[in-house]
Amino acid sequence: MVQLTLPKNSQVTQGQSWPAPTSPKGEVKEFRIYRWNPDDKANPRIDTYSVDMGDCGPMVLDALIKIKNEQDPTLTFRRSCREGICGSCAMNIDGTNTLACLKSCDDVKGAVKVYPLPHMPVVKDLVPDLTRFYAQHRSIEPWLKTTSAEPKAEWKQSPQDRAKLDGLYECILCACCSTSCPSYWWNGDRYLGPAVLLQAYRWLIDSRDEATGDRLDDLEDPFRLYRCHTIMNCAKACPKGLNPAKAIAEIKKMMVERQL
Amino acid sequence: MNVQATSGFGPAKAFSVGGRSYAITDHTFDVVVVGAGGAGLRAALGASQAGLRTACVTKVFPTRSHTVAAQGGVAAALGNMGPDDWRWHMFDTVKGSDWLGDQDAIEYLCRNAPAAVYELEHFGLPFSRTEDGKIYQRPFGGMTTDFGEGPPAQRTCAAADRTGHAMLHTLYGQSLRYQTEFFVEYFALDLIMEDGVCRGLMALSMEDGTLHRFRAQRVILATGGYGRAYFSATSAHTCTGDGNAMALRAGLPLQDMEFVQFHPTGIYGAGCLITEGSRGEGGYLTNSEGERFMERYAPHAKDLASRDVVSRAMTIEIREGRGVGPQKDHIFLHLDHLDPKVLHERLPGISESARVFAGVDVTRQPIPVLPTVHYNMGGIPTNYHGEVLAGNPKNEEAIVPGLMAIGEAACVSVHGANRLGSNSLIDLVVFGRAAGLRCQETVTADASQADLPANAGEAAIARLDKFRHASGAMPTADLRLRMQKIMQTNCAVFRTGEVLEEGRKLIKAVWKDSGDIKVTDRSLIWNSDLIETLEFDNLITQAVATVESAAARKESRGAHAREDFAKRDDKTWMKHTLAWTDDAKRSVKLGYRGVHKYTMTDEVSYIKPKARVY
Repeated sequence: MVQLTLPKNSQVTQGQSWPAPTSPKGEVKEFRIYRWNPDDKANPRIDTYSVDMGDCGPMVLDALIKIKNEQDPTLTFRRSCREGICGSCAMNIDGTNTLACLKSCDDVKGAVKVYPLPHMPVVKDLVPDLTRFYAQHRSIEPWLKTTSAEPKAEWKQSPQDRAKLDGLYECILCACCSTSCPSYWWNGDRYLGPAVLLQAYRWLIDSRDEATGDRLDDLEDPFRLYRCHTIMNCAKACPKGLNPAKAIAEIKKMMVERQL
Repeated sequence: MNVQATSGFGPAKAFSVGGRSYAITDHTFDVVVVGAGGAGLRAALGASQAGLRTACVTKVFPTRSHTVAAQGGVAAALGNMGPDDWRWHMFDTVKGSDWLGDQDAIEYLCRNAPAAVYELEHFGLPFSRTEDGKIYQRPFGGMTTDFGEGPPAQRTCAAADRTGHAMLHTLYGQSLRYQTEFFVEYFALDLIMEDGVCRGLMALSMEDGTLHRFRAQRVILATGGYGRAYFSATSAHTCTGDGNAMALRAGLPLQDMEFVQFHPTGIYGAGCLITEGSRGEGGYLTNSEGERFMERYAPHAKDLASRDVVSRAMTIEIREGRGVGPQKDHIFLHLDHLDPKVLHERLPGISESARVFAGVDVTRQPIPVLPTVHYNMGGIPTNYHGEVLAGNPKNEEAIVPGLMAIGEAACVSVHGANRLGSNSLIDLVVFGRAAGLRCQETVTADASQADLPANAGEAAIARLDKFRHASGAMPTADLRLRMQKIMQTNCAVFRTGEVLEEGRKLIKAVWKDSGDIKVTDRSLIWNSDLIETLEFDNLITQAVATVESAAARKESRGAHAREDFAKRDDKTWMKHTLAWTDDAKRSVKLGYRGVHKYTMTDEVSYIKPKARVY
């Protein structure tokens, strides 16, 4: 028999159960939260907290902040704008990658299970290491490239051409889509993943950009682009309602069209 | 405490504090920018383009900075929608500032605004477009034509209602073209000062808990505002004014801290922003009687009066019993009469926010809104090059060598007592660019820098260690909540001497109690308990400076509305407040500085004070 060894920290243990609130004002909801502290050598664990929803904001982020403020200040997560535009609080809630600030606790039946974004190295608790994700974004050179003489005023762009950027420019780089993509889980070191490809298409389709050929050359690679197998988890996960899979399909079409 | 070299060569050193050793890593740069929002990124870009070795130290990944949440647009007199002139923009900004703005700086802002917007467009910012392919511009509060005599100006350049997001992502992308070295999720602890000169910065890497000592010819603070000193703010959790507090700890004053802007339309309860652009596109406010009450308060500009005016009107309506909702404690913002196509094209973001945070379908229902803390006009005093003023009463224009400040952290002052909507995004890029240009003029690339004093950074580490091991009785969250509630109650839209006096006592008590703070997490790796504590410590000094400055100013000007001194008093109070804090003595000292009553060039003349009516 082949002996298989599980990767380090892949076994999650049962953690602490925190006391429930006495005399709650409303429904008491249970939160089961992934905890991992690099300082101790222990495996990750699931801690259980009880939150009085009668005295808490509606979103999962509100509950996490309440837990941190009132029960356990060591609970660690990223957050900033709390209105779904900065992309800091991306995590896996109730089995789906989303933003904690936009996810209503009421939308989760029973206990709310909170994990870090899957298949990324964990720095601590709900904080994943996104270094590689950011490096991949950088690799597509996300800036306007032009060779024509720059006008004194703006580059002209028709409303119709500008509309082509809708559904693309709104991306907040939260990484919910990429970390929900099985192909990215498997080949994340070489496949750019849905978020970065959506960004790549945002520049490819911008009527002002004059580096389309170079950009396509850069993506013409069995791994960088072609690991998308239209699983569509990305579109399902995107908290901004964008469709990265469609953008990837459009890039593939551009690749074919330039062969003709 | 002692300093010792941990290795025989190289710059690695360690400080020993309370028996604990803290290793430090030394870095040398020409320019260190603190903060990676719109202003910080634009300054870092400029310094890098100028061939200067530039670092950008930021506590969040650049695209998470709060610039991302700006919605309505960026003001510049492009004239794409009709006649416009930067001098009209200047007039509006001076009037908006209630004559507390420095007119040389305001001239610099408005004159350079169009070029700054075209630059953003050339960087790739996806502006909305007019039929002839130009940048789309919308009306905004306080923006008029013909020196206030003409109809409203369409001056605010917009990317739907996500202009800040589009700007921040564009600037971040652009910054990747250059050699700026980013230190992401590094929390700035303190400035390194030597004989009144800024020599660098201490920072903590949150990821691995290492300490970093940056030596630089220039440090540029672009750390944003401190909205989180209040209970209900549109500001992000990370808006804690860390740069302002570092300046205070370095013995420098903050300017005009009493001027805190309440945005008229934060979502009731959640506090999330609904852009003024919604009123620019035709939205209006109503009270419980269904009346468009702004017509009474600002007969000319109505719902597009300046923010301080609208926030006061809403507060009066609620106070006089004409608020909406079961508690009669908020106001309705109507967009339901607008063409759904306009909502979809121009206001998609806030339509979504209203649905998520207020459960409202904007095509059919009004949005419940309330004036919510939004912006700090006050901050680190600078000239229009971004150089920090030392607060020297003998020479008001004397600068602090080595230190600059830009964006919301700075008080140039272009916004004076009240900022106009869409003037903050233009402030970021115009003065971010100005700071880069100033570095280009005054910094020599790779010039040799004197050694830092041996103990440089020691105090910052002692402070860090103190909080890391703080085992008092009061958790950070409790002290922070007390501070926020006091600010919300005692330093709000309307102020009186009595309420401010009470506020002074209460906020000082919190300041005193912060000596008994409790931190639970002792780790150095991503210790957000510790970071929130350092942020609270930053906020409390700014809160105290705000209340003290407000209690002292016995007049009403812009966002500072005193019921006991309802008139503007140019004779006594046309001056900037300066506030110094002493953390050890828990005391605040106030001083004043003259408003610049002159312009930058003779192409425009000084705009004389007059009554401010919309």
